Amino acid sequence: MSISKTYLSDIRERAERAKEKKAALGPDIDLSRYSQHIERERIESLESLSLQAKEAAVMAGIDVKEEVRSGSYLQVDHSVVYERLNKAYEGRLEIMSTTEALRRYDWLEDYYWRSVPVDQDKYTAQAELNMTHGYFIRVLPHQKTDYPVQACLLVAENYVSQNVHNIIIVEEGAELQVITGCTLAKRDAEGIHLGISEFFIKNGGKLFFTMIHNWADNFHVRPRTVAIVEEDGMFFSTYVLLKPVKSIQMFPVAYLKGNRASAKFNAILYGLKDSYIDIGSRIILEGEDTKGESTARAIAADESVIYSRGDLIAKTKDYCIAHLDCRGILFSKKGRIYAIPQLVSDGASKAELSHEASIGPIAEEQVEYLMSRGISKDDAISVITSGFLSLDIPYLPEVIDRNIKEVIKATAKESM
Amino acid sequence: MQEMLRVEDLWLSLGEKQVLKGVNFSMNYGEIHVLFGPNGAGKTSLIMTMMGFPRYKVERGRIYFKGEDITDKDIYERARLGMGISFQRPPTVRGVTLRKFIEIISDGADREEIIGIAEKLNLLDHLDRGLNEGFSGGEMKRSELFQLMVQRPNLVFIDEPESGVDLENIALVGEAINTLLGKDKVKDPKRGAIIITHTGYILDYVNADKGYIIFDGRILCGGNPRDILSEVKKNGYRKCAVCR
Repeated sequence: MSISKTYLSDIRERAERAKEKKAALGPDIDLSRYSQHIERERIESLESLSLQAKEAAVMAGIDVKEEVRSGSYLQVDHSVVYERLNKAYEGRLEIMSTTEALRRYDWLEDYYWRSVPVDQDKYTAQAELNMTHGYFIRVLPHQKTDYPVQACLLVAENYVSQNVHNIIIVEEGAELQVITGCTLAKRDAEGIHLGISEFFIKNGGKLFFTMIHNWADNFHVRPRTVAIVEEDGMFFSTYVLLKPVKSIQMFPVAYLKGNRASAKFNAILYGLKDSYIDIGSRIILEGEDTKGESTARAIAADESVIYSRGDLIAKTKDYCIAHLDCRGILFSKKGRIYAIPQLVSDGASKAELSHEASIGPIAEEQVEYLMSRGISKDDAISVITSGFLSLDIPYLPEVIDRNIKEVIKATAKESM
Repeated sequence: MQEMLRVEDLWLSLGEKQVLKGVNFSMNYGEIHVLFGPNGAGKTSLIMTMMGFPRYKVERGRIYFKGEDITDKDIYERARLGMGISFQRPPTVRGVTLRKFIEIISDGADREEIIGIAEKLNLLDHLDRGLNEGFSGGEMKRSELFQLMVQRPNLVFIDEPESGVDLENIALVGEAINTLLGKDKVKDPKRGAIIITHTGYILDYVNADKGYIIFDGRILCGGNPRDILSEVKKNGYRKCAVCR
């Protein structure tokens, strides 16, 4: 049974009203430019993708052989072309398109647009009014996956607005790892990706969520993400951007509703060419003994501009603790980094909130120190930069780790 | 014994200040030399110049190492030729763990042997921390010597091995220097060192061959390091100025 028509029509109405509503942050995008609708045929396996699409998927952390994945979901432009659940997880884990899930489960009304407001801005409105699927992943109570589920949202054509709505539900006591690769197969394509992501982590549940973006020079991106974390639940989010993008603006939020809930955000941002990157994370501590941590590492090369934001907002009268660590390195005289940490204690007299933020060049003293052990200058800069970006990230695909090093190698030598 | 290092008429200025004023000296393979001198005399500047740090650019004079003129060579080229340095206060490099860095500089050396060295130097718990991140004075010195043991230079500059190190750790540092220089073995006579010391404590553990006093950018005298130390302890460096 699908979700109620009344609820859907209410949502639609709100979306209609927000159709022209500009976002609070980031350059405003004229969505009417991206009106192409492209449907694609289903495929038998990820390996049967075209070479170009396969390469794009791999660069976004997707394992096309699916050897170490619990399941896969692939969407190309506006079609769901592939879903697969490893047999071992049947009855324990569900993977399907959100469209299918909305048809199948009436209870999804309790989740769909319940954490992200549909009328937040024109992008959330567009995602509802012209929704083009998105994934639904649910792990059943007390089930754990050995390997990550991978979801790939691929754009392969010009002037497309890919409007996906993703929902992840981690039921009580369950544990799930998800790698989402959002990527572009046609490197010179102009377009936009709008990704609504609503995550629900029930009591004692754990979600390790890794999002890798692989866009290009003419592409805009506006994800809208909210995670609701219940008692003893944990949300661990990693975001990696190593390729140019025309503009991206996102400010994912984790609500720590339950007691002892925790959230950790990691962001690795590498600004190239004239990328406009405005990325933050917000943790709202509402339960007793909740914990938050937000770490961002930003490198601005070429003429890129990076806004690295972080908000910690304590709203509980009980003890809670959160820390924000936001650092940047400027590789280029034409680049810009803004580090904007914000701590808010809203009647939370027992909250301990702290932050450290810094922006600077690579210290010559450090480079010379490494060189005195026999390492060339270029290699010393690469080692320091890799170290700067190497956050302790579980389930980061090896290809991404390699890619981080390659990007650094290609750009670091121009930095001093 | 064959000559390893020769410094000829070395002049250096930092900003407005003339720091080295015609330094001359040489040393053979396997020797340990000690530099004494008051603060600001030019000791650290001399070893930084010999190691090739860009800020310490030679104005006049030449440096020869293993028969090669290295005056215009880069730091890493000198390191690859066989020079190494233990910093008095090394910088912190966050994100680059000691383990990772040792792997990078070890050039395929035996992993077990490396872990064995770390264990001897009480550094096992520090392997997964950023380089020098939150290290105490003694831990920094031991980490420096650990890196040098893996790097295996023929000539090592050691800047104040006792500074910031408690008495208990000085013995460990002294022992590590002897191991680094191969003094605990009959063979392996090719490693030498130039050590800067203020207190001379390190001489209780390391058998130095020759000492020098640097004063106002010049080497004033050379001789038995223990004799020089007792003279300095008795009369301070003021007498050196008179001696000039």
